[in-house]
Amino acid sequence: MEYNGGSVVAMIGKDCVAIASDLRLGQQSVGVAMNFDKVFPVNDKLYYGLPGLATDVYTLREQLRFRVNMYRMKEEREITPKTFTHLVSSTLYEKRFGPYFIEPVVAGLPSPTELDPHPKPFISTMDTIGCITTPKDFAVAGTASNKLFGVAEGLWEPDLEPEDLFETISQTLLNAVDRDALSGWGAIVHVITHDKVITRQLRARMD
Amino acid sequence: MNAIIQNLSTPSHLPTTEEDELKGYGNLDEMGRIKGMQIPRVPDPTAFLNLYTDSMSSNPEAKIKLAHGTTTLAFRFKGGIIVAVDSRATAGSYIASGTVKKVIEINPYLLGTMAGGAADCQYWETYLGMRCRLYELRNKERISVAAASKILSNIVYGYKGRGLSMGTMICGWDKTGPALFYVDSEGQRLKGDLFSVGSGSTFAYGVLDQGYSYDLSDEEAQELGRRSIIAAGHRDAFSGNTCNLYHVRENGWEFIGNYDVSQQWYEYEAKKKAAREAASSEMAVEV
Repeated sequence: MEYNGGSVVAMIGKDCVAIASDLRLGQQSVGVAMNFDKVFPVNDKLYYGLPGLATDVYTLREQLRFRVNMYRMKEEREITPKTFTHLVSSTLYEKRFGPYFIEPVVAGLPSPTELDPHPKPFISTMDTIGCITTPKDFAVAGTASNKLFGVAEGLWEPDLEPEDLFETISQTLLNAVDRDALSGWGAIVHVITHDKVITRQLRARMD
Repeated sequence: MNAIIQNLSTPSHLPTTEEDELKGYGNLDEMGRIKGMQIPRVPDPTAFLNLYTDSMSSNPEAKIKLAHGTTTLAFRFKGGIIVAVDSRATAGSYIASGTVKKVIEINPYLLGTMAGGAADCQYWETYLGMRCRLYELRNKERISVAAASKILSNIVYGYKGRGLSMGTMICGWDKTGPALFYVDSEGQRLKGDLFSVGSGSTFAYGVLDQGYSYDLSDEEAQELGRRSIIAAGHRDAFSGNTCNLYHVRENGWEFIGNYDVSQQWYEYEAKKKAAREAASSEMAVEV
């Protein structure tokens, strides 16, 4: 976790979710890249972040891409955030005795169905071997996770509109990361709403 | 007989602890010398200390994390000495402070830099200031940088193996002109024209070496010092926040300024971009 550094945070709003990450890739104390995005899309309603060991970020992303594609072909429908969380979890548990050094964060808006016409926004997070937690407010992971907890606890409030959620998650990430030596070097934020995804790169501290 | 008993019960030749406290100040005796540091009463004090303190990453699991991670530099040139440092203090990966003063103003013509244990540097360099003042009063003459740095190196050598951690540069102007010495807690003391110390020193050396010359103008030298710290603050996770810049001239040191590393970095990037665009538009005109 501390080898490459990096952090991810996700938050729930009113009919929207947001997920954000820093852009640093380091090798211990040396910063190597400032464009290392740790958040990836599954589809336009579901994103996930993979902070942790960079080599496992790539491996796990490809593994998940393969499994989601197989799911899509077999089921002929898009995967829901909840099902995707369980897919990630079991993928991690497969390596119970030699885990991926990654703590994933999932954020998505479930599509309305006949059984559940008004589904709630969804976020979840896991430890390195796939133990799931599904918070009702925010999820944090990475080297700045303890600092993220502190700032998010102070800034987050229920039922934020997309613009306010963007401001809240951006300030949370930026301020947490400024107290962490291994995170930072730029930041990217995605706010997922029913009709669009707003993606913005933030001007962050570069030291 | 009674007098003998009284003499034995309260030994008059040994001062009581209260009297003892009155003489001198803190852990200094009435002569201004260090009374002797308290050392843990265990068979091996060094091993005991290493168990609980994270001294220069030798024991990252230790509970007590001392502040380190630094970039400091100083170089000699025709206009004097430039001293530039960052201002970040980290404990593990936590940024404990971004406003640390890593240049210690020993007296109006002597500067010391801080790398390694923050407390070690601050304490011993302040103490060095006291010793330099005493030298001045006794000899009616300012102490040379060489002598001052040797006082410090002799002190820390006396504590070798006890876990002191400091890498410092003593900079000043004396009869011989501008002088710069590197002193560390291992007992090493070097005279030189250009030094950089700390986790970000390799990055600072990179910028410093490509721009350094003894004949630099004052403005060029200050810019080189500043640029080197910005570069190190950018690349090194344990350095950054702000840069403090000092210039030592014949009549003492001068504080030049405090610069935000991140803000400066964006300015340098904007300049680079503007230069690139100017170059490419020139190319277009030629074609």
